[in-house]
Amino acid sequence: MSQLSSKHVIGIEHLTVDDIQLILKTAVQFKEIINRPIKKVPTLRDITIANLFFENSTRTRISFELAQKRLSADIINFSSSSSSVKKGETLLDTVNNILSMKVDMIVMRHASPGAAHYLSERIDANIVNAGDGTHEHPTQALLDAYSMQEKIGDLKNKKIAILGDIMHSRVALSNIFCLKKLGAEVTLCGPATLIPKHIERLGVNVSHNLDETLQWCDVANVLRIQLERQNTKYFPSLREYALYFGVNKQRLDKLSKEIIIMHPGPINRGVELSSDVADSEHSIILEQVENGVAVRMAVMYLLANKQQF
Amino acid sequence: MSDTVLLNGNQIQLTIERLSREVIESIHFTNTVIIGVQPRGVLLAEKIHQKIIALTGVQIPFGKIDTTFHRDDFRRGKSLNAKVTEIDFHIEGKEVLLIDDVLYTGRTIRAAMDALLSFGRPTKIELLVLIDRRFNRELPIQPDFVGSVVDTIESVDVEVHWAGEEQINNEVIFVKK
Repeated sequence: MSQLSSKHVIGIEHLTVDDIQLILKTAVQFKEIINRPIKKVPTLRDITIANLFFENSTRTRISFELAQKRLSADIINFSSSSSSVKKGETLLDTVNNILSMKVDMIVMRHASPGAAHYLSERIDANIVNAGDGTHEHPTQALLDAYSMQEKIGDLKNKKIAILGDIMHSRVALSNIFCLKKLGAEVTLCGPATLIPKHIERLGVNVSHNLDETLQWCDVANVLRIQLERQNTKYFPSLREYALYFGVNKQRLDKLSKEIIIMHPGPINRGVELSSDVADSEHSIILEQVENGVAVRMAVMYLLANKQQF
Repeated sequence: MSDTVLLNGNQIQLTIERLSREVIESIHFTNTVIIGVQPRGVLLAEKIHQKIIALTGVQIPFGKIDTTFHRDDFRRGKSLNAKVTEIDFHIEGKEVLLIDDVLYTGRTIRAAMDALLSFGRPTKIELLVLIDRRFNRELPIQPDFVGSVVDTIESVDVEVHWAGEEQINNEVIFVKK
């Protein structure tokens, strides 16, 4: 197995287990490369990649951009706030105009779930979904799985907890698909209002007791409370949320074992995660960011190879 | 044409012995590092590295380099599977002895030199190969230490089979494509 099965990475749901393993295995070599004195390889020097960010992003956009530069790709950046989207141009028109300038790959973040899928049925270029609304964020799930594997080895039968705002989180959904495909056990924990009904059908457990869940798991992936996507009140106050569902040092001290704490960022410090935990040795948040570049290099490298001469 | 054995286990053993002594004769021990080219050059490099240590008692730094991301045939149907690159020492100012099993078109060695330069600027790079297929070169690259020179046509592959610990079963063979 040395090729991806698809020419796009839209969501983890549509990747095979072999695809995921190939990406994670390839990323190991790219991590070595980004730690060299000269952190760059010439592999994608004839590939042009457009980064289309219709929604704000710091970490993901910088991570993709660095990954592309480390692979020597030519890149163009686009953000909707300073573009003709404001004048009413449709998504397909915008993308087709960019593609007619001989662009080979699109990395897109969009507020609408399914935007990347919609494009993939209409254009030729490779598409990497960098987050589509509340649907999926595949590269985040891949880098999370990579970071977990680096710490605890093969994820088969490992216990992973995903905590917090599951309802609005594309990271949660992609993580669930990815971890299940890799054979891990997954428990979601958060207030009942923030966990979608019937999510158990994806093969996950649901809990509303944070202390029990932390005691059960090997790794806790803490998600951000997405205040910008919540137009109704899902819990009475941030203070109350922090009290019942915030991960802090007292909670971790009570456990009979050490667990690994992850967070996809940006952190609401003092809400879902306290500062003393975020900055502690349990946390691998900054390693996740480093691994993100390696994993995204692997994804784009493998996709570019689908465009044979 | 069936597969023809070019070198058997004993002959390979002798060749490795000779190559190791040739290397010892010409290198500066304090400043030399040995780097094997992934995947199969590493196996030969390990044997030569061990032999040199056994003969001289001098520890020479040893590394592995993978050429996948530096190749010029990306997107042309070649394998994507990168192997480990492991160079835990500085190569800046060092004399590098690059080792591969078969020298054919020269493209792998070109990629290996390109990859090597990501780690610094060696003062010198030399090349050791077990088999030199001298009439099939596509780039101006020649080995400094050669095990055996063979004249082949393009429709024939030369493969080095390493049989693990049992050195006697190692062999170099012609394989018809």
